Amino acid sequence: MSTPVPGIPDHPRTLAEKVWDDHLVVKGENGEPDLIYIDLHLVHEVTSPQAFDGLRAEGRPVRRPDLTIATEDHNTPTLDIDKPIADLTSRTQIETLRRNAAEFGVRLHPLGDREQGIVHVVGPQLGLTMPGITVVCGDSHTSTHGAFGAMAFGIGTSEVEHVLATQTLPLKPFKTMAITVEGELKPGVTAKDIILAVIAKIGTNGGQGYVLEYRGSAIRSLSMEGRMTICNMSIEAGARAGMVAPDETTFEYLKGRPHAPKGKDWDDAVAYWRTLPTDEGAVFDAEVFIDATELEPFVTWGTNPGQGVSLSGVVPSPDDFDDPNERAAAERALEYMDLEPGTPMKEIPVDAVFMGSCTNSRIEDLRAFASIVKGRKKADGVRVMVVPGSARVRLEAEAEGLDKIFEEFGAEWRFAGCSMCLGMNPDQLAPGERCASTSNRNFEGRQGKGGRTHLVSPLVAAATAIRGTLSSPADLDAPVLVGTEA
Amino acid sequence: MEKFTTHTGVVAPLKRSAVDTDQIIPAVYLKRVTKTGFEDALFASWRQDPEFVLNQPVFAGASILVAGPDFGTGSSREHAVWALRDYGFKVVLSPKFADIFRGNAGKQGLLTGAISDADLEAVWAAIDAEPGIRMTVDLEARTATLGALTVPFEIDDYTRWRLLEGLDDIGLTLRNEDKIAQFEARREAWRPRTLPIP
Repeated sequence: MSTPVPGIPDHPRTLAEKVWDDHLVVKGENGEPDLIYIDLHLVHEVTSPQAFDGLRAEGRPVRRPDLTIATEDHNTPTLDIDKPIADLTSRTQIETLRRNAAEFGVRLHPLGDREQGIVHVVGPQLGLTMPGITVVCGDSHTSTHGAFGAMAFGIGTSEVEHVLATQTLPLKPFKTMAITVEGELKPGVTAKDIILAVIAKIGTNGGQGYVLEYRGSAIRSLSMEGRMTICNMSIEAGARAGMVAPDETTFEYLKGRPHAPKGKDWDDAVAYWRTLPTDEGAVFDAEVFIDATELEPFVTWGTNPGQGVSLSGVVPSPDDFDDPNERAAAERALEYMDLEPGTPMKEIPVDAVFMGSCTNSRIEDLRAFASIVKGRKKADGVRVMVVPGSARVRLEAEAEGLDKIFEEFGAEWRFAGCSMCLGMNPDQLAPGERCASTSNRNFEGRQGKGGRTHLVSPLVAAATAIRGTLSSPADLDAPVLVGTEA
Repeated sequence: MEKFTTHTGVVAPLKRSAVDTDQIIPAVYLKRVTKTGFEDALFASWRQDPEFVLNQPVFAGASILVAGPDFGTGSSREHAVWALRDYGFKVVLSPKFADIFRGNAGKQGLLTGAISDADLEAVWAAIDAEPGIRMTVDLEARTATLGALTVPFEIDDYTRWRLLEGLDDIGLTLRNEDKIAQFEARREAWRPRTLPIP
């Protein structure tokens, strides 16, 4: 078990506090930050070049290559992956990562490798992400890994260099917020709908300074993929991290994965992991309650993830907002999105559907999408892209025949990467194009200059691809049976 | 990061106030993948003007910049410090610095000293009287001397200590190297390792 660190108060603690305490290298005095040990450092091509360059300038090695892993995702094309990358900046970043990984002895899964993929899909899939560890990456969606009961957060390039050199980070403790989601979800309501509803409720700054802990029966009933979707978008509520306490679902997902502990290590680990859930009587700095039974499929209408509404609702009017800043933001968003207040969300036509991103590109997400589109044809004029989160997810999907379902449906089946979640690679919307996207950010221009994004779940993405307007599976002519996990 | 005790070099006057980081380094240079080699980017648009102070031969090789108040405002880009450093500047003196810029500078070994408005005018006048004059900056004494003129500058104790010791953020953390090693020694076997590849 973890060695007790002197100075840790003997009172009921939250999950986040326990993980923090167990990674204290130096307790900060007089307002100085604590020095926290980092168990796992994930690296990709965009935020690492200057960090490695900084090491080189100071003649410093990577302290723990064995706790570091790199993959290529943001810039990689999802077609013709055997050809040179056309965009010069993208190619330079990729080539720089390859040189740096070789020079500093860091394990890299490059484009074309079986384990290549979005960094937040690769870590969990290899079994590297596990409960009770600290995970960092130069990417804000690192919060994904909190689904395992890990403390995981995004960092900047200077911090990437700091972790490469020292395997630690100076950090001030976070506050804790409990987000309790109780009750049974209606059919067709998924993890994505939960987190979009959470963000709409607390706002895009509501989580600032907090680690969110998602609790309650609705969270417990989710698969690991669903929990990852929720923790992934914690950053969209302004929080640096989101966590879910580990349980049997977590252990079952992990067991047998390539890097999961084995034998006695596994038993030791599980025994420790069972001590992690928040103690009875532990106090959170803030608490939020959500009734899962009232949730419906949720979509965004605006240009930040907090501007969301039930799919059965209508586009709001700026007058609906009391706060003058929110009202002004709504006005700007409606103009950018080219939407009229009062328009039923289900009457909004789309040009494209994007099924992918670190939020929703795992095998279970693809299965959910496939369960709806199977045996159907996409709406005329709608471009549908299905992008697996990793090369391994792609292989798994093909082994299950999902690729055939997508192709018969009329969707493009792509190679793994961040793809159309952000305009850093060739997959982009044209100006004015409207997209139902399973990704995480509906910012102006995020999916391509002038592109318009509606964030949706995989089930809504599938139904939308069939009808051509924002839709849920319940709107389809022949109702199909759907699960509640995705 | 090198230890900073004293530095002597050519001092250049930048007679502008509110020099923002977009002027220090335009955004187009932020796409690079290195942390060094930004010397060409420093004041890139101003340097297109042949009359710009740094284009004057007498200020070639300047390593101390004396600028008007509110130096380094705007975007938080660390590149602004990298560009000054790569060009060869060791010291910037100004009556007032933007907070983020000053923080970034301290972490990269660039000394930012705050001088009074009156001393700013006196220093500029001394340079005008003898362009190309060299200045000596003494961090221990917190003074800058050129010719017969010596002016005091302010720098907070913590940043001064870090510069004197040559400690960047990583250097500071590595002072706890023994504690990191002790932590690693008791790290449980089940915790993740990326190598060797199973």
